[in-house]
Amino acid sequence: MPSIAPPTDDESAAVPAYAPEADARRATLDDVAASDQALRRFLHGLPGVDAVGLEARAAALGTRSIKTTAKAYALDLAVSMIDLTTLEGADTPGKVRALCAKGVHPDPLDRSTPKVAAICVYGDMVATAKEALAAAGGADVHVAAVATAFPSGRAARGVKLADTAEAVAAGADEIDMVIDRGAFLAGRYLEVFEEIRAVKAACARPDGTAAHLKVIFENGELSTYDNIRRCSWLAMLAGADFIKTSTGKVAVNATPANTLLMLEAVRDFRRDVGVQVGVKPAGGIRTAKDAVKYLVLVNETAGDAWLSPDWFRFGASSLLNDLLMQRQKLRTGRYSGPDYVTVD
Amino acid sequence: MSEKKAGAARGAETVKAGAKPKTESGARPTAGSDAKPTAEPQARAGAGAGAGNAPVARPEPVAAGTRLGVLKTYKLYIGGKFPRSESGRVYEVADSSTGNGGGTWLANAPLASRKDARDAVVAARKAVGGWSGATAYNRGQVLYRVAEMLEGRREQFAREVAEAEGLATRAAGAVVDRAVDRWVWYAGWTDKIAQVVGGANPVAGPFFNLSTPEPTGVVAVLAPQDSSLLGLVSVLAPVIATGNTAVVVAAERAPLPALSLGEVLATSDVPGGVVNVLSGRTAELGAPLAAHQDVNAIDLTGASPEMAAELEAAAADNLKRVRRPGPEDWTADPGTSRLTAWLETKTVWHPQGV
Amino acid sequence: MSDSNQSTTQGAGRLFAYAPAPESRAIVDLAPSYGLFVDGEFTEAADGRVFTSVSPSSEEVLAEVARAGEADVDRAVAAARRAFGPWSALPGAERGKYLFRIARILQERSRELAVLESLDNGKPIRETRDVDLPLVAAHFFYYAGWADKLGYAVPGHPDPKPLGVAGQVIPWNFPLLMLAWKVAPALAAGNTVVLKPAETTPLSALFFADVCRQAGLPRGVVNILPGYGDAGAALVAHDGVDKVAFTGSTEVGKAIARSVAGTRKKVTLELGGKAANIVFDDAPVDQAVEGIVNGIFFNQGHVCCAGSRLLVQESVRDELLDALKRRMATLRVGDPLDKNTDVGAINSAEQLARITELAQAGEAEGAERWSPACELPSSGYWFAPTLFTGVTQAHRIAREEIFGPVLSVLTFRTPEEAVAKANNTPYGLSAGIWSEKGSRILAVAGRLRAGVVWANTFNKFDPTSPFGGYKESGHGREGGRHGLEAYLDV
Repeated sequence: MPSIAPPTDDESAAVPAYAPEADARRATLDDVAASDQALRRFLHGLPGVDAVGLEARAAALGTRSIKTTAKAYALDLAVSMIDLTTLEGADTPGKVRALCAKGVHPDPLDRSTPKVAAICVYGDMVATAKEALAAAGGADVHVAAVATAFPSGRAARGVKLADTAEAVAAGADEIDMVIDRGAFLAGRYLEVFEEIRAVKAACARPDGTAAHLKVIFENGELSTYDNIRRCSWLAMLAGADFIKTSTGKVAVNATPANTLLMLEAVRDFRRDVGVQVGVKPAGGIRTAKDAVKYLVLVNETAGDAWLSPDWFRFGASSLLNDLLMQRQKLRTGRYSGPDYVTVD
Repeated sequence: MSEKKAGAARGAETVKAGAKPKTESGARPTAGSDAKPTAEPQARAGAGAGAGNAPVARPEPVAAGTRLGVLKTYKLYIGGKFPRSESGRVYEVADSSTGNGGGTWLANAPLASRKDARDAVVAARKAVGGWSGATAYNRGQVLYRVAEMLEGRREQFAREVAEAEGLATRAAGAVVDRAVDRWVWYAGWTDKIAQVVGGANPVAGPFFNLSTPEPTGVVAVLAPQDSSLLGLVSVLAPVIATGNTAVVVAAERAPLPALSLGEVLATSDVPGGVVNVLSGRTAELGAPLAAHQDVNAIDLTGASPEMAAELEAAAADNLKRVRRPGPEDWTADPGTSRLTAWLETKTVWHPQGV
Repeated sequence: MSDSNQSTTQGAGRLFAYAPAPESRAIVDLAPSYGLFVDGEFTEAADGRVFTSVSPSSEEVLAEVARAGEADVDRAVAAARRAFGPWSALPGAERGKYLFRIARILQERSRELAVLESLDNGKPIRETRDVDLPLVAAHFFYYAGWADKLGYAVPGHPDPKPLGVAGQVIPWNFPLLMLAWKVAPALAAGNTVVLKPAETTPLSALFFADVCRQAGLPRGVVNILPGYGDAGAALVAHDGVDKVAFTGSTEVGKAIARSVAGTRKKVTLELGGKAANIVFDDAPVDQAVEGIVNGIFFNQGHVCCAGSRLLVQESVRDELLDALKRRMATLRVGDPLDKNTDVGAINSAEQLARITELAQAGEAEGAERWSPACELPSSGYWFAPTLFTGVTQAHRIAREEIFGPVLSVLTFRTPEEAVAKANNTPYGLSAGIWSEKGSRILAVAGRLRAGVVWANTFNKFDPTSPFGGYKESGHGREGGRHGLEAYLDV
């Protein structure tokens, strides 16, 4: 077994993005956001991204062969990183309750299966989810609510903030907001920045805690890797706790390449600012094999510090069943089938 | 093959008219078999009842005790699938051999309509992005695979070519061999044509200047009337080797090898829509294709001189690239003109300066 | 390999340590001994001499191989000469079809050949599987298509003729790929070949001989003579050889050039290099780091066109080196047959000694040496990926080809200085340029005296793309239309 040196940077020096000290650290770059022009200069001054090179690196990491003990570790970790999601117009309390039960006890045949990290629903389902999780014995599973006129983000600022505040009041542990892609693509970076700040403020609770904020870029609409890199820095400077690839509602969602790029961004942000931000790819991650590839990306880019549900999440729904079937195969040696996992 | 004009009894065009018992000789008389060509025209057979057209003789019933073969139903090849003509029409195809069995009914081929042509263009257009975006190496391997599949069906195609062109078995076999080798020839061009026709241009300034050939898009091809496989392959392969997609109108009287080629293409990793094969009247299909605004180019090889002139004029409406018909020797070295006919040249300038 | 320093079986205290993922050896049917391949048959050497081929990652003996001597060279050249008449008389289309068959069989057997190559050479299975073998098949596929189009290959020559018998000597760093680069165009053009693979990596060439037999290639068209430098020298000097093609060290290349002087033999040489990989201040940093790593650690740095000199713009030196060291720390050195290995074994004890000596010289001359912490296996030939900073043009490690996983880092201030330093070498094989500015890339590429320039990428190869050097990196090109010309009488 070849040995690899552990990372040499001093990990203990960084703080999570949601920690009180993070504000001061982000503030060291405040002049960058003093004006739209200053922000543009900063963002456009970041190193460029060669698309061919980035995609080749993501593809090469996709050829890692993860077997036996490594596979077992990865499958369990992946389950524990899932934001189990239902975001349909047709969502009912019944549907949400079923999902919560599944999130707490994913595999009926194996009670040792880890719980998922969170249940992700629309804001008006938060209360139902909270209740259902508690009833199932999973009060430690978080509830994440999408907000700010998800998925399009096309609504007035006041509506988006109210959306957020209601979800927080209903008990949401995490808020997944969407950025205003129109403003971003039109170059109004400061507007996007300030909106994130405002939503973060709306995540605050009376007791002084705050819901953690994930900022969704919608990579498919941002379209270029340069934009995704710029958006990463913009969101992190504005106070994001997590940066998230996509809503899952458009044609192109998370890809290994765009997630790799975001992992590089959080790695660099931690090194330069001393603040750690999480990453969540969402949409299009359907198989265990895909999920393991993403964990390899995390492992070889951002490193150990991100290998936990506190710092990396999968926004997915059908992924869970494939992970469970793979776990079953590892345990029994037999290929499993859809009859041995639940439909909810 | 003949077809009734509009206004005459419609059912006559379709051999499947229930009233007429199908001559139950499932075994098509092959060149050299015992079946006698019947000159006696069958009443109301789809072919033969038209003014002045030679009747297509029906095959003799099989001898007692002979195994009855399963006849192939010939279909169009559009978008990677095998539909019948949307018009529901067919026309009779007769054996061209002069020996025993000559002149006899071989099959009913789809009589494609302008709507089939329209659908084929849609399929061809849809396939352009993927096919032109594939690497030249990938296209080369796909074309080589076509050769592999065609070689595997040598006997089948030899028989079809013999029937289509009235050739003896050995000559037909040689035609198939040449057709396979022609595919291989074009398979080897995909990743070389750019090196031969493209290149850097030494402009008088601090600029990097590069000319590269790019496929034009959807090419309509009127296949040669007198060379049902070798000529067909010789006009089709260069179109797709260069990254274009094709809508092919098969030889009117000898469409069967072209329709069977669709089967070969479908099993060779050729993406659906890259090649589409229509059978029917060249004039009826050539006209809408020549006028179609979403077709980028047209090969008029299979058109008569008068038809070609008309079609070329129609093609001018969206300035299609046109290849006029001319004398052809399908056995000779094809050269590069059929490759370059369907290639645009893009020249890019870029300053050189630190 | 021992985990004695690790606290868990997952190794090195990392959370997500990859378990062993070995590619099975069972797919390769290794015989205990192999003969020479002459005139379509495997035979012993005339004087019965043999040598062994060893797996450099474990020092295990893989097989015994016949060792060609002068008499065998003579017999092989005669066989190639006999085969030349009928082979060159075949219509190009027929020759092409043989090459297409070979290409397809190589594709079918590519996993087997990849495993064999990793065993014999020491390079990771991921590289043989994903890079070497696909390129091998692609070269045969590409040149197969030229065989019946020779008239289009060289302007003004509608019917070019082959040269005759080609004597080809190839190195150990990409054994089967170097064979493909040599044999495919030679055969397409109508020549017949006698090829001598390197003494540390004879096996894939012998398996290739079997592929030729499966393809039904006529006897004598391809002949393989495993052996040492003496056999190579005899082959190159043989009067029955019309064309000489050599890939290897510049020193031997010069000897060959002297040996063919005044003869009718045409010669192409693909020799050493000391490529500059130039990183400008506006480079896409993360991709540049990948390019640097790929440039010098791919194939353990056993690459003639390796980016062995990193020329980084001084203003971004620190940032780039931090990122580079961080990335180097994720390189996995180990068993070539483990699918997760990034860096394999050094090919031989001799090569390891050369690398070690030069690395010591680097330290002695004052450059600063760094390697990521790396536990190397106890048997086999291994060298940790190594970085030297503070290197200047005067250092030996900036001028001499190390041919190992050792990167020398120099700095520059302006584009002009970068070009001057990059060109300041007797070599001229390849170079890399990293910048987001297109006009700068093109301007710099235009001024680099190198036969292959990679911009925002590195170590990219394709059968359509001509490869070869300026100056003492050799002359002639392999690949593309240009690679065909070398085998035609034009």
